[in-house]
Amino acid sequence: MKNISAAVLAAFASLCVSAPAMAQSIDEQINSVFASSTGWFVSFIFSPFPGTSFPWIVAWLVIAATVFTIYFGFIQFRAFPHSIALVKGDYSDPNDAGEVSHFQALATALSGTVGLGNIAGVAVAVGIGGPGATFWMILAGLMGMASKFTECTLGVKYRNEYSDGTVSGGPMYYMTKGFEERGLPAGKILAVLFAIFCILGSLGGGNMFQANQAHAQIANVVGDYPGWITGLVFAAIVFAVIVGGLKSIASVTEKVVPFMGVLYVITALVIILMNADKIGWAFGQIFEGAFTGLGVAGGFVGALIQGFKRAAFSNEAGVGSAAIAHSAVRTKEPITEGFVSLLEPFIDTVVICTMTALVIIITGQLVSDPQTGLYLLNEGGTAIQTVDGNSGVALTSAAFSASFGWFQYILAIAVVLFAFSTMISWSYYGLKAWTFLFGEGKTKELVFKVIFCIFVVIGAAASLGPVIDFSDAAIFAMAVVNIIALYALMPIVKREVNSYLSRLKSGEIKKYG
Amino acid sequence: MSKRIVVGYDGSENAMNAVEFAVGLAKAGGAGLVLAHVLEWSPYTFLTPTEIEERHARRNEELERAQTAVLEPVLTKLAGTGLEVASELRYGHIAETLIKIAEEEGVDHLVIGRTGQSKLSSRIFGSVAGSLAQAAPVPVTIVP
Repeated sequence: MKNISAAVLAAFASLCVSAPAMAQSIDEQINSVFASSTGWFVSFIFSPFPGTSFPWIVAWLVIAATVFTIYFGFIQFRAFPHSIALVKGDYSDPNDAGEVSHFQALATALSGTVGLGNIAGVAVAVGIGGPGATFWMILAGLMGMASKFTECTLGVKYRNEYSDGTVSGGPMYYMTKGFEERGLPAGKILAVLFAIFCILGSLGGGNMFQANQAHAQIANVVGDYPGWITGLVFAAIVFAVIVGGLKSIASVTEKVVPFMGVLYVITALVIILMNADKIGWAFGQIFEGAFTGLGVAGGFVGALIQGFKRAAFSNEAGVGSAAIAHSAVRTKEPITEGFVSLLEPFIDTVVICTMTALVIIITGQLVSDPQTGLYLLNEGGTAIQTVDGNSGVALTSAAFSASFGWFQYILAIAVVLFAFSTMISWSYYGLKAWTFLFGEGKTKELVFKVIFCIFVVIGAAASLGPVIDFSDAAIFAMAVVNIIALYALMPIVKREVNSYLSRLKSGEIKKYG
Repeated sequence: MSKRIVVGYDGSENAMNAVEFAVGLAKAGGAGLVLAHVLEWSPYTFLTPTEIEERHARRNEELERAQTAVLEPVLTKLAGTGLEVASELRYGHIAETLIKIAEEEGVDHLVIGRTGQSKLSSRIFGSVAGSLAQAAPVPVTIVP
């Protein structure tokens, strides 16, 4: 990690010196330095099983979600009504009023995950994997609920509580404390690895990808201009919030983001209903594409890989980030945070991502051959040809604008706000990992925050390809380590579930509402 | 059980008028007083990750401050009146929480100060006095 960031920092510094030379070339230089310094990491994470084109990391996530789903007896469906009751506050002790509620914990964790993954990521998935990717994405979302449940329960159970009332939690802590409790080796090593990957993930998917797509969206509306300008503006605002402690910006964002999310879903629903006659056809494309690929690169396996990849990137189930977010909540029963958190992949992937995918499919953004019904590929053969040659967030924007021209402006604002709130969340996750490695302290924390802001600029300037590859790779690397820990500690969660559910049945756990 | 009166107190001048009014009532009717301070709180607001982490510590600070800066001075003042005075410090929606206190404590009367909101803000957000007048289980007196 140090090598990469040192290289990038050095490159960045030298670029700043030659800045006036040519604006556009700064973007190009950042891009090439970035791509060449992260390429090895990306190809390792996404290397396929020998002799196939199936990346091992995708199998790793799917198998984990399946194992947790079966091990906990389809907990995501059994406990779904109870999760809703918890969020509504039915089981909250009125004497605890003033503490963080389940609703607040869920909303905050969601504003960290709902974001560009749902808007741009889905467009990438459908653009490359075709409509069939949607099917696999939904399936991955449903299964991912079990992974999220497992990690968040552990996150709360093994957090550190300090005398001043603050808490630190997350996979680093259940890896060290949980492994020790079960007498398992290597907990500390896993924790350090996780923390390193978490820092990379916070700089990648939690930062550069966000800055990159926010810039793409703004440029899409106001016309093209160099990315580093957006980067600097964003970096300045992020700096003001996380270093300057300018809480007002963060709290305004936190309040606007949920409404943006609701507005997004409602608009998507309206567009889908306006094209009600095509809903059947769209689902037909999704199911057919899921098992045949309908001509996309890599066939149905290509659709599956894209669907699973983007689902994981969007809802972060099994990644371990949500465990950090939820562990800050005070609760007498760690398992209740697990129950609440299992709603996240549902809202994020099964509801919001599906909306995006349906709008892109239903508005006919993907070009298919009228004779064969198969999708046509672009010149490079890397993705499906789209009506205007769009990809990523621009594709989603085009799809929504096809029905409502003004929506591109709303989307631009939404993207910028989503990007911003995701960055704030991930700067927190990254910071927690950083302090786990280096200890708490004002200067140490400042170093991380400054690095974080520098990566905002790099992210906005680099082109989508290398940024999205690195972002995915870093976030999936977190999942590699985290899931090992989840396997090792899942019997502990099982004990908690059984005890809680039996006490719930016997009435020992009281309902207040 | 003897008569009891809940008086909502938020540290403002109007609230002090309400307390004085309630003291008069209590003395005349031989009733006890419950001094209630409610910290506005909704479980459905949105917080940043850092706010969530610090929430428990903040809550303790807020309770501490409310107790020492808002309730204690009045309680000391009331100690000289010879009345039986209790206090309640809670989080929640102000009107709803006052009603809950009235129900739980089995009081007979609610006294609050006028908040003096503008027409516009009370139209949008509703006023404490308005909600109490509509929903309170016991008579409510609003002191200007």
